Amino acid sequence: MGVHPATGRKPTRVTTPLQYSPPWSRQLAERRQGRRAQPAVIRLAHWINIPLLVIMAGSGLQIFAAYPALGPRGGLYSWYPFQNDSPPSWLRFGGWLAGARHWHFAIAWFLIFNGVIYLIYMMTSGEWRRRVFIPTRDTSNAIAMFGYYLRIRKTPPPEDFYNGLQRIAYTSAIVFGMVVVLSGLAIYKPVQLHWITAAFGGYDIARVVHLSCLVLLATFTAMHLVLVALHPRTIITMVTGGQRG
Amino acid sequence: MGRWNESVDRLLFSETRLAPEPPASELTPEADFPSYFISDSMPFAPDNWALKVGGLVARPAVFTLDQIKRMPMYSGRVRHHCVEGWSAVAEWQGVPLRDLAQLVGASQAVQYVEFRSFDNGYYSTWDIESSLHPQTILAYGMNGKPLYPDHGAPLRLYSPVKLGYKCVKYLTEVNFLPTRAGGYWEDQGYDWYGGV
Repeated sequence: MGVHPATGRKPTRVTTPLQYSPPWSRQLAERRQGRRAQPAVIRLAHWINIPLLVIMAGSGLQIFAAYPALGPRGGLYSWYPFQNDSPPSWLRFGGWLAGARHWHFAIAWFLIFNGVIYLIYMMTSGEWRRRVFIPTRDTSNAIAMFGYYLRIRKTPPPEDFYNGLQRIAYTSAIVFGMVVVLSGLAIYKPVQLHWITAAFGGYDIARVVHLSCLVLLATFTAMHLVLVALHPRTIITMVTGGQRG
Repeated sequence: MGRWNESVDRLLFSETRLAPEPPASELTPEADFPSYFISDSMPFAPDNWALKVGGLVARPAVFTLDQIKRMPMYSGRVRHHCVEGWSAVAEWQGVPLRDLAQLVGASQAVQYVEFRSFDNGYYSTWDIESSLHPQTILAYGMNGKPLYPDHGAPLRLYSPVKLGYKCVKYLTEVNFLPTRAGGYWEDQGYDWYGGV
């Protein structure tokens, strides 16, 4: 679609909220009467995550720099192309290995606490129903939305609070968060929690998983920031909570 | 937060929980197992080397290497975890520290064990629980051969329940103490408990 000849502006896309009316959606709408679009617990958890994740990532990379290779001694993993390449200093936090470890193992508690509170709220409030990706329910919407972003579809599919792609994104972030914590425990206490380490296939594999989760979470964050920049009103909603339901 | 984490570490620790034994196929080739020391050059034991065991013990003693080798031997293949993040597998042979503690009559009041070395003052102090763990040994053998100088000959502390920097090489003294002392890396800011 082109620009308006007089104003030079693109036409505004208007989506009607709550075009869904399956039973779960109506039940949830009743339950969340008076609740803001983004409830306070979710908003707080979201913003608190930012400094926590930045410190965890930076201190984690400082720790990684002490042995920036993947695989045990004498058995480095041949598939990894960056063996012994240290992460750049501007990405690292904590000064040195001991400092980084102190930050990492201190802030980890707050990150886990934040995550647990968020998950408990999501489950007990019913908010998960309209946020989490449920494949049988949301796959066709996700595909249609993707088609719309690629400009194959001319119009977006009917939207609920979150579209199928958002549901995939935010559900994945939760999964990456859980796996990054579990793999972290596996490499933090490979003897006292050896059953967790074994579940990952051993210490060095758990270490790969831990680093991979950082990469996945960073990718998620980059995509999230791009999409938020394209829809800046969502920032306001994440601060004020938006409209009451 | 450090004190909180140490409380959690102590809570997690179990005397009966053994470090798993990796298969022999995962044994790290000798040339690939790093060997660190802090002296300017590789430390070699003096000819009259002996191990002094003292502190709060009923029978303080000095042991030669032969005497230590005649004590009951424990051999175990375990994964080593360095604070730097790397792991390696080796088999260690030596006398369990808990047997030595019994031999010298360590007091019930002992809470910490201090390990000293001839590597330019490198030392560490452990909690008594980890020291008495069944897999904690004073090792004189590595992979079935006598310990080499690069791995702390003639005797080193080894346990799979601690990070490598706590496992003092080039041992000279073992002291059973009522109060806590530090360690070479611990004094510089590394975690004192250092457990895995």
